[in-house]
Amino acid sequence: MDVLEKLTILTDAAKYDAACTSSGGNRTARKGYIGNTSSSVAGCCHTFSADGRCVTLLKVLMTNRCVYDCKYCVNRRSNDTRRAAFTPEELADLTINFYRRNYIEGLFLSSGVFRSPDYTTELMIKALRLLREQYRFNGYIHAKAIPGTAPELVEQLGLLADRLSVNIELPSETGLKTLAPDKTKTAILSPMRQIQVRNQQNKEELVKYRHAPKFAPAGQSTQLIVGATPDSDFHILRLTQGLYDRYRLKRVFYSAYVPVVEHALLPSKDIKPPLLREHRLYQADWLLRFYGFRAEELLDEDHQDFDPRVDPKCSWALTHLDFFPVEVNTADYESLLRVPGVGVVSARRILSARRAGPLHIENLPKLGVVMKRAQYFLTASGKMPDGLRFTPDSLLRGLIAAERPSLPQQELVQLSLFDTAV
Amino acid sequence: MMNHEMIYFYDGSFDGFLCCVFDSYANKEVLTAISRDEDFIPTLFASRVIVTDRSHANRVFKKVVKVSPYAANLLQKGFLTCMPEKEIHLYHLVVKLLRDGPGFLRNFSDETLFPVITAVRHLNGEAHLLKGFIRFSELGGVLGSEIEPKNRVLPVLRSHFCARYMNDRFFIYDRTHKEALFYAAGKAMIRPLEDFQMAPPDDAEAAYRVLWKRFYDTIAIKERYNPKCRMRNMPKRYWNTMTEFQDEAFFRSQNSLAAVPDPSAPNGIPAPATPPGSGLSAPESGS
Ligand code: SF4
Repeated sequence: MDVLEKLTILTDAAKYDAACTSSGGNRTARKGYIGNTSSSVAGCCHTFSADGRCVTLLKVLMTNRCVYDCKYCVNRRSNDTRRAAFTPEELADLTINFYRRNYIEGLFLSSGVFRSPDYTTELMIKALRLLREQYRFNGYIHAKAIPGTAPELVEQLGLLADRLSVNIELPSETGLKTLAPDKTKTAILSPMRQIQVRNQQNKEELVKYRHAPKFAPAGQSTQLIVGATPDSDFHILRLTQGLYDRYRLKRVFYSAYVPVVEHALLPSKDIKPPLLREHRLYQADWLLRFYGFRAEELLDEDHQDFDPRVDPKCSWALTHLDFFPVEVNTADYESLLRVPGVGVVSARRILSARRAGPLHIENLPKLGVVMKRAQYFLTASGKMPDGLRFTPDSLLRGLIAAERPSLPQQELVQLSLFDTAV
Repeated sequence: MMNHEMIYFYDGSFDGFLCCVFDSYANKEVLTAISRDEDFIPTLFASRVIVTDRSHANRVFKKVVKVSPYAANLLQKGFLTCMPEKEIHLYHLVVKLLRDGPGFLRNFSDETLFPVITAVRHLNGEAHLLKGFIRFSELGGVLGSEIEPKNRVLPVLRSHFCARYMNDRFFIYDRTHKEALFYAAGKAMIRPLEDFQMAPPDDAEAAYRVLWKRFYDTIAIKERYNPKCRMRNMPKRYWNTMTEFQDEAFFRSQNSLAAVPDPSAPNGIPAPATPPGSGLSAPESGS
């Protein structure tokens, strides 16, 4: 089988992984090496695929052979599909040549479980070592740590990669038991803990010895599949929060379940991937990481799922009208961030601009405030926008309309289904 | 007394622009327009042709740096942007800075600052996208690339690519502004270049192009197909210099007449090819 065919099979098998960023990397250019990763290219997309997703890394599997039989996965043992495996040389050559042409920012290497987790990881290590040592590759590497891999091998992997990830995939233990019978919660969580502890240690080492080898300096991430199991948004968001708090994850990715197989325990094959739900979870995730929200503020036992009609921040605002309006000339940063239509950037600009003089409503759009949303929730020098009148009802309608243009088409189709139900 | 309604003509260089500022102070004149020599048209307004004098330019720049290094950076960046009448906007910024001090620079919505900062953000945004969208071809050990940006991004892109390909030789040709960034042996320079045609690929280069296109066509998830979202994130004007959007000829090696493997994936979503002629290059033999 030639490399073109292998690439086709192993890309096709890897495409369901949502992670594709080079964030958190920091390798300055070195003489004799090719490449650099710095914060200046964080969020650098090298292209966008036909589904509108950012492509940063060469995202492939080492092999799609797998001894496991996770029900939701195209690579599962029992699925009749073509199998292929890269040799370490082929993979290193592809990566370096794509990188030189600026097709990619680096490599995202994952794999099916070939023979055993250890055997697979050793293969991956071989490829990455070749890339780093022989090809002197100084770009970004994201490697998957396979549950059940020996700690010594995870350690080696971490010394070669910028970021490691262990995918949880199914957000609950019941889901795991029924749909991924070969994996256990402990097998997933123990490498996560190892990476976290080792990462922390490494930070201390680096303070003492500047040249200590770096262990996964860009931290770790994970992925949760949304919609393959009956788990609620509240459950998923609380799990996410726990991962950020207790495992110091850099990112949690969500992947709307794409039904690839017919199985009694899975949603039917003609169901559409829940893209709007995935979108709402990303918005909420953003609120946890940058806006100081807690999962319990956004959802609770009585409201287990996000309102499909408005984003989570608007949703929160609508149920906390007594918090508003916020006066932009006096409010602190945290309060500004609670205003729908005010983001991290515009909140900072407000803080800076108001030191030069009092702000008025007319200044706000230029500072990046999205007035369509923000107008209902703030005052500037004591005033709301001229002529603004609203009732709770028209407020809701206004907010729905304000978000609509920024939602992708498919999500609108889903949304209109909800509209008729209102 | 200040003389109003003056138009200055200059040579189009940054130093030349700074000299316009210098001379306007020296002559106590307030400018309504600053234009390049080549755009000279006889007008009813009083006008002056400014001669570029490096020492004058330096004095202005040093003065600006002293008052606000941030403003100096805005001037340099602003001058690279495609903002219409950028010179007069930048001139107003300097005048206000020297008159009122740097306080207004904190206020993003300030009427003098806003157009400049918006233009600079557009420049930075375009440069940021191009850090990802630029495609190199390797020919005879040299990496070459062509772009068609709206702003003059090469000075902004320079340090990024020079660090990334430190041990390589490369160039980036800017078709819009007819200039190129050259890098070899640790040295980089940007020079005007009237015309440039990329040679057709050799076997190895053609093979990697095919591999990349195949990867691109395979990585999308069909059930999530969303061309609008793609277009929003990656405006079409960038496509014609990107490998994955080229038509068949682009993937054919100069050495072999043999059929190339079809670059598009059997089960993938083939990327639309940009219309012929707008591709990276017209094949040219003997280079
Ligand atoms: S172990 Fe990974 S590749 Fe194998 S079946 Fe499970 S999810 Fe798929």
